[in-house]
Amino acid sequence: MQKIGVFVCHCGSNIAATVDVKKVAKMALKEPGVCHAEDYPYMCSEAGQSRIAAAIAEKGLTGIVVCSCSPRMHEATFRKAAERCGLNPYMVEIANLREHCSWIHKDMEEATEKAVILMRAAVAKVHLNTPLQAGESAVTKRALVIGGGIAGIQTAIDIADAGYKVDIVEKTPSIGGRMSQLDKTFPTLDCSACILTPKMVEAAAHENITIHTYSEVEKVSGFVGNFTVDIRKKARMVDMTKCTGCGVCQEKCPSRKTANEFNRGLNTRSAIYTPFAQAIPNVPVIDTESCIKFKTGKCGVCAAVCQAGAIDYKQQDEIITETYGAIVVATGFDTIKLDKYGEYAYGQSKDVITSLELERIMNAAGPTKGHLERLSDGKAPKEIVFIQCVGSRCSDDRGKPYCSKICCMYTAKHAMLIRDKYPDVNVTVFYIDVRTPGKNFDEFYRRAVEDYGVNYVKGQVGKVAPQPDGSLLVQGVDLLDNKQILKKADMVVLATAIEPNPDARKIATMLTASIDTNNFLTEAHPKLRPVESPTAGVFLSGVCQGPKDIPETVAQAGAAAVKVIGLLAKDKLKTNPCTAQADELLCNGCSTCANVCPYGAITYEVRLVNDHGIREERRVASVNSALCQGCGACTVACPSGAMDLQGFSNRQIIAEVDAICR
Amino acid sequence: MSKQSELIAEISGVNPLKCMKCGKCSASCPSFNEMDIKPHQFVSYIQRDDIEALTASKSLYKCLSCFACVERCPRGVKPGKLIDAARQLVLRQRGQEYLSPDEVPALLDEETPQQLLMSAFRKYRR
Ligand SMILES: Cc1cc2nc3c(=O)[nH]c(=O)nc-3n(C[C@H](O)[C@H](O)[C@H](O)COP(=O)(O)OP(=O)(O)OC[C@H]3O[C@@H](n4cnc5c(N)ncnc54)[C@H](O)[C@@H]3O)c2cc1C
Ligand code: SF4
Ligand code: SF4
Ligand code: SF4
Ligand code: SF4
Repeated sequence: MQKIGVFVCHCGSNIAATVDVKKVAKMALKEPGVCHAEDYPYMCSEAGQSRIAAAIAEKGLTGIVVCSCSPRMHEATFRKAAERCGLNPYMVEIANLREHCSWIHKDMEEATEKAVILMRAAVAKVHLNTPLQAGESAVTKRALVIGGGIAGIQTAIDIADAGYKVDIVEKTPSIGGRMSQLDKTFPTLDCSACILTPKMVEAAAHENITIHTYSEVEKVSGFVGNFTVDIRKKARMVDMTKCTGCGVCQEKCPSRKTANEFNRGLNTRSAIYTPFAQAIPNVPVIDTESCIKFKTGKCGVCAAVCQAGAIDYKQQDEIITETYGAIVVATGFDTIKLDKYGEYAYGQSKDVITSLELERIMNAAGPTKGHLERLSDGKAPKEIVFIQCVGSRCSDDRGKPYCSKICCMYTAKHAMLIRDKYPDVNVTVFYIDVRTPGKNFDEFYRRAVEDYGVNYVKGQVGKVAPQPDGSLLVQGVDLLDNKQILKKADMVVLATAIEPNPDARKIATMLTASIDTNNFLTEAHPKLRPVESPTAGVFLSGVCQGPKDIPETVAQAGAAAVKVIGLLAKDKLKTNPCTAQADELLCNGCSTCANVCPYGAITYEVRLVNDHGIREERRVASVNSALCQGCGACTVACPSGAMDLQGFSNRQIIAEVDAICR
Repeated sequence: MSKQSELIAEISGVNPLKCMKCGKCSASCPSFNEMDIKPHQFVSYIQRDDIEALTASKSLYKCLSCFACVERCPRGVKPGKLIDAARQLVLRQRGQEYLSPDEVPALLDEETPQQLLMSAFRKYRR
């Protein structure tokens, strides 16, 4: 028989205001095996923990139940407290009286009744607990960063500076991400390339950083400290070791009609290309879908002009396999498609553009060489209308329910830059709210109004109608005046909502990391663990976790790096002993468990089994406890009840249910 | 909420609390200038239970039932349906029927959306 102590926490008034904690302690003493029960305002405090220690020592307790907050909060705290007193940490159970009881109930009597039941279930479980020993696993001292935008670059540099090896895997031919497409950046208006390029160069030159561009993660297996990752390095058709980056091939390539992704399709590029002049690496790739050589077999101009002999039409995709201790997701974002927003005439008129397209138009390396002009006729616009929240804050199925967070600021930036360079151009911004929290942000927006004469109108635009004379008729509302406005404009700019890179879901699935309904990766705790995924060893950096601007992205990137460094600095990790085990006598080798295991921890082996005197060879399941995460999927799937989870055995669960139903 | 607002909520199936006051409905409305109470204001009138003013408003009969506001509202508030419902309240109050349901089939045009027919009946009988 166990000797069990029950410790009921008030959690200040969090529990005690709704649950009669004294009664729970009193009732505990009536449970079989309970030889000590007490309540205390804060069990997790130093004083609370020493009361537990004292009781263990005095009464010789063999197991304890703490009735407190969620085990996610303090299970580790109480397990450590027990371990210090020589009690096996897995002899501790938590009854969740806060999240599962006091916070969700109002009536004291009912809540107390439920609290007693939860305590009883935990006591019933402890009776069947057995001491468990955590194993150890080694940590591979290398990190993988998926996505080479500013988030991925900064995280990689910070990890590398601490002395650890980092690989960046970037899908496109160059690192840099969206920031490389921006012209100037708020709130200080410095040129984006001027502050980004040095970081790209630093990452490329760093002895601890390896960059795989034009590459994608194909497969991930393993667990924290020991991930094995297959990376597909797509064939560039250009030998990275020979190419000098002279660019002659791109100049001479006769295939020039492919939409230029970097310029958001506003102009075209050659089939062999580097996305932009400062690309890293400065080695082109051949887009085989556009290349004449690949389509017809004729051409080969680039190979003929390349002095370095770097062109290699026979290059094949290459898969490299590498092991990592930690993985950082930094896959960033894109703007949403606007095909469901017919009222704004995007797609009908070339002069209705997204803000990201405007960034390219304003950029000296962009499709108009930095001249502000209409894409339909090349004329200089005189009247520009900006529309905010396009596709953001929409609870219908056309857009996104969240605020994209960056557009109020970048529109103020665009409006100011235009008024500064072209003072004769009128700029009107239709907004719902101007959201500019952040250091020097509201001042920035006010400057647009007060110093640059940008006309902010509170209200939305209902319709943009292209006119026969080429202008755009904007029908909006001024809510403060309660007047409808009809305005002729030459150009309309849509502050288009952002969404996570469509790859995020695929990546999250590979990593078994959580993702929310909007495809943003979920953090382990929204307040206290904002850069960690709930999956151990997986960390989050940049907009893949939620909308943010560059300063916030860089701050988060650094925070993610610190978490990675903290992990890589350890030589060994304690493994969770609550893993599954198959009973070879019950297992019939059906493979059901292996099919449901999300971690690939189950294999089968043919073993000599002694079944009550009958010795025979049987195919039975075998769990790799290093891979098993203790999710329990196999235990419920197994038709013969052969799978059991240590620490959560079928007997323990049934005992809890029995105690609840008593 | 008064009985009348509840009735409007029930008839329209609209939750006025979802409105974020963006004004896109009023920006879309082709009859805006004819209306004394504007589409985005319908929502506020119902929110603060001022149904009397709403049912007395000439906007009820200026709305074209084009449903541009319903289509474009980013929060699924459907202000056009609120007007529709307010209009029905007025009709129910007076209990006047100019058209019996038996006469409808003969008037039906295959091409016309039925929603529009219904709205038109309600409106133009006055
Ligand atoms: C129009 C506009 C203007 C802006 N202006 C400003 C401004 O003035 N100031 C400011 O602070 N912020 C501004 N921003 C916000 C800024 O762009 C972002 O904060 C920043 O780019 C976020 O960086 P990131 O690395 O998280 O994402 P990204 O820049 O999107 O980088 C993600 C990277 O991951 C790669 N990737 C995606 N999927 C995979 C995959 N499966 N495998 C490998 N690689 C992958 C992508 O190719 C990309 O290189 C602006 C944004 C927009 C849209
Ligand atoms: S011509 Fe050859 S060396 Fe020059 S950029 Fe092209 S592939 Fe590289
Ligand atoms: S072979 Fe392809 S990439 Fe090279 S020049 Fe011809 S079309 Fe361009
Ligand atoms: S940041 Fe501004 S423009 Fe963008 S969605 Fe939020 S409120 Fe709308
Ligand atoms: S469009 Fe919808 S959310 Fe916006 S003001 Fe009108 S009813 Fe409210």
